Amino acid sequence: MLALLVILPLIAFIAILAGAPARKSAVAAGLANLALGLWAAATWENSDHWSISLPVLEKPALHLAFAFTDGMSVIMVLLSVLVTLAALLSGKAPEGRETLYYGSSLLISAGAIGAFAATDLFFFYAFHELALIPTFVMIGLLGRGDRRDAAWKITLYLGFGSIILLAGLVWLANLAGTFDIPTMVRAAQEGSLSIDPATQKSIAALLIVGFGVLVSLFPFHSWAAPAYASAPAPTAMLHAGVLKKFGLYGLLRVALPILPDGMNAWLIPLLVLLVGNILWVGLVTISQKRLDLMLGNSSVMHMGYIFLAIAALASATATGQSNPLAQPAAVLLMFAHGISIAMLFGLADRIERNTGTLELSDLGGLAKSAPGLAFLFGMVAMASIGLPGLANFAGEVLVFLSAFKNYDPAAGLAPVQVAGILAIWGVVISAVYMLRAYRRVFHGPSVPSTENASDLSFADRLPVLLLAVPLLVVGIYPNLLLSLLK
Amino acid sequence: MPWLLLLLPLIAAAANQLYLKRNAFIASMLSVASVAATFAISLMLLGKENAVAPLNWIAIGGFEIEIGLKLDQLATGMMVVVTGVGLLVHVFSLAYMADDSAKARFFTCLSLFMFSMTGIVLASNFIMTFMFWELVGLSSYLLIGHWYQRESAADAAKKAFITNRVGDFGFMIGILMLWGITGTLNFDDMKVPAGISTGVLGAALLCVFCGAVGKSAQMPLHVWLPDAMEGPTPVSALIHAATMVAAGVYMLFRLQLSIGSDAFDNFAGDTIAIVGGITALCAALMATQQNDIKRILAYSTLSQLGYMIMAVGLLAGEAGMFHLFTHAWFKALLFLGSGAVIHACHHQQDIWQMGGLLKKMPITGFTFLIGFLALIAVPGTAGFFSKEQILEAAHHHDRLSWLFWVAATVALLTPFYMTRLFAVAFLGKQRSKDADHAHEVGPLMFLPLLILAVLGLIAGYPFIAEKLAPAYEKPAHLFHFSGLVPITSVVAVLVGLVAGLVVYLGKERDPISVPLFRDRFRIDAFYDGVLVRYLQDAFAAIVHFFDEFLISGLIVGGSARIAEGFGGLFRRVQGGNLQGYAFAFGIGVILVIYFTAF
Repeated sequence: MLALLVILPLIAFIAILAGAPARKSAVAAGLANLALGLWAAATWENSDHWSISLPVLEKPALHLAFAFTDGMSVIMVLLSVLVTLAALLSGKAPEGRETLYYGSSLLISAGAIGAFAATDLFFFYAFHELALIPTFVMIGLLGRGDRRDAAWKITLYLGFGSIILLAGLVWLANLAGTFDIPTMVRAAQEGSLSIDPATQKSIAALLIVGFGVLVSLFPFHSWAAPAYASAPAPTAMLHAGVLKKFGLYGLLRVALPILPDGMNAWLIPLLVLLVGNILWVGLVTISQKRLDLMLGNSSVMHMGYIFLAIAALASATATGQSNPLAQPAAVLLMFAHGISIAMLFGLADRIERNTGTLELSDLGGLAKSAPGLAFLFGMVAMASIGLPGLANFAGEVLVFLSAFKNYDPAAGLAPVQVAGILAIWGVVISAVYMLRAYRRVFHGPSVPSTENASDLSFADRLPVLLLAVPLLVVGIYPNLLLSLLK
Repeated sequence: MPWLLLLLPLIAAAANQLYLKRNAFIASMLSVASVAATFAISLMLLGKENAVAPLNWIAIGGFEIEIGLKLDQLATGMMVVVTGVGLLVHVFSLAYMADDSAKARFFTCLSLFMFSMTGIVLASNFIMTFMFWELVGLSSYLLIGHWYQRESAADAAKKAFITNRVGDFGFMIGILMLWGITGTLNFDDMKVPAGISTGVLGAALLCVFCGAVGKSAQMPLHVWLPDAMEGPTPVSALIHAATMVAAGVYMLFRLQLSIGSDAFDNFAGDTIAIVGGITALCAALMATQQNDIKRILAYSTLSQLGYMIMAVGLLAGEAGMFHLFTHAWFKALLFLGSGAVIHACHHQQDIWQMGGLLKKMPITGFTFLIGFLALIAVPGTAGFFSKEQILEAAHHHDRLSWLFWVAATVALLTPFYMTRLFAVAFLGKQRSKDADHAHEVGPLMFLPLLILAVLGLIAGYPFIAEKLAPAYEKPAHLFHFSGLVPITSVVAVLVGLVAGLVVYLGKERDPISVPLFRDRFRIDAFYDGVLVRYLQDAFAAIVHFFDEFLISGLIVGGSARIAEGFGGLFRRVQGGNLQGYAFAFGIGVILVIYFTAF
């Protein structure tokens, strides 16, 4: 069953190459995958449908293995199928390029789901690479503006990150003598796999930089905003919403459980970098003059919060304390951020199609001509600045709580708490740039570009609601998602 | 049944937004019905001990965040005030907003506000308080920006939200620190363990206080409240005078009740009292030179909130809450009265363009007069009793008794600027066509005014106060004009009143000009011109520059140039075919894995 989630988009991809109607096949696969994803979320614990293992190589043992190791994989797959369907529905392929447009989106989706569901280190990595290639292609061939530059930049950056990551993973696999991630984690926790601190530190460095580049960790972030600004909407939605989370997922799945001491050794640098994500990139976001660049930078900024949860976990496990809040916080915020940024990119694309521009200075008063668009954009803008009732708030507040979980008033503020306090200032920064942009685009008197702009049609609203509903439901009742993590 | 308090306004807001956007009449009726029902429920719950099982919002391992309702006397009393003022404002709005093209949206936002405010009042833990704290911020943002096509309204909405966020920055840190100190987020279980240093505890409390500084518009974050007058006037009455802005006072008192007011008996409490005192004084000075009728009232709200905050800081939170309760009625009355005036004067808000309105609009005029008397604390009105308690608290404080003289100065300034307002707008002769054409408003508008006027007169007497105000102590006798405090306050009222009449009665234009007060001590200009433009925007631009040219240009650019060499190579090989490059890249990666791993 689980393999089907990966195979369905691939079948649709092949069908499209063979000449099947592109949009219809893609959406059909997306719908089927959404159904499968929801079914998986409901039944994965009590059913053995959800794992598969096919031997690929005898020696060393390499299996094409998919399984839901824990609730985190389920949630990431759920995020993938939701965003995939929304991306497929909301995109509009340029005339004559439907095959490339929908085919690539399907490949990205298959790669992301494969990476989140794989239990084998090799396929975990390979599926992510599989998804990167169509991302580059979409930006390079179908992008807007400086698409060549943006495509080269993201290709070089992520290529560089992938190579470093690969070195770290290969080193780890050689030490562990297996590619099977659950086996490695079990061995590390039982002590049968003990890696000396110096080696842990080196591997952790490779993993932090490697995964970090993929998640646009400061100062490796400058690929993200131009790439998202140039990318066609479904690509931006799928990459920023889903694929980018691979790096964070990898740190939580591989680095933290297997290399706790190594991760803790880099605690202070990691804290400095994540504060860089929040404050430095936050300020960069404030000074953006285009909506798409602003959104791209904001998505970089928000990665800092998830890194904060990772740092809180790293500092706790290495010192023998427990921090049961950190991992759920990170997962919840990954889900919330993935949904909300995809929705933002989808709606920004709508604004551009309806008004012809994303320059903030050329927009204004759009709420008058397009109230539906204004409401939905306002809702997701509020989500992304952490308004209660929407999922991001629950994630952010859990992240802050996890940073203060082991706060000891007598001992004063530990580094994690200091970073936490600086991170909370990001809540002000995001309100500044988001409300400014909303004010510029939707409020004030109408301007020529917005005067006769059309509102969202019913068909336009479907993909948006597909994302808005989970945002609201999880925001009102986070336990719904968190219960998957038990 | 207590859950209905939260559910009814939420259902009204949701139904209005989803189904009734085009049916403004039903939407407004639904909102009014929901607030009427919650008012009735609040009255039923008043004075009874109720416990409801909480809902589980987040549960991870042993850690839980609940959505629970705390229904003690403080909460139920506050609920009566919130829903009571809310009901009257809703009714008033039916007439005030009758011709507005977005009436349905207006009532949707009002219901959203009632839901959020109820959440703050009934919250059983700090995270829940914070959630609804943010939600009232949202409804305030939406309502200030109701006429979003006006640049000034859109800017004011944004300013209110962001200024509040600055306060919430401290609030969140404070909540987290208190969580670390007490080990719980629930108000019921909060206790200060022995051995906590005063420094840490005080710092945490001051961080929590930051939230109140934002929401209750204390200095230096007071700048958003006067601008918030861009919203429709009923909103100013309900949110920016009677209820939401008082949430900071309520939250601090709730914290004092649960953690014990002794925890505040250090530099934290003193700082809170001083901030409140300074706000009360400075806002009163600013009010003396404003010309917009709503802005005068807004500065007077700031000043009265300063009183309440000061009382909390002086460990006399029950006096602050008592003043909150009385102030809610008469300040809502004054704002709704100003709304009636603005409505009658064709949206004229400058008091120097009014005049003689008492004759033109007798009901509005006389109810406004009652609100005015209550605000300046004429003996016998509601404001007198509650202000008296705050002055007493200041007078008897060991360390900060000088605040008594600050408070007394405010007690003198209040009648002065309010007399100015009343004499210029309601007495004398009409100074413009707008004022000349003014006529009395209809019953939907004057009935709420009459009810509020009655409450403005009687709400300070024990038979009401002891039901609503928590820990209210009946004074030994109601009018005891002996001792320094009552004599000072009565003298202050008389001096301010007489001075106001002498200076302003029958004047055509303002004989006094103090630019510093008119320009609000130039604080707003400083924020916009220096903090936002230079510290934030210029700094952000510099960071942006370094980001593009240093990180992206030099560090990464260097390696990119090397890679570009490869890129050029590929481009030649592949004829610029990125697809080909990308697939080659993928195959290359797989080969690398193969060779390193096996």
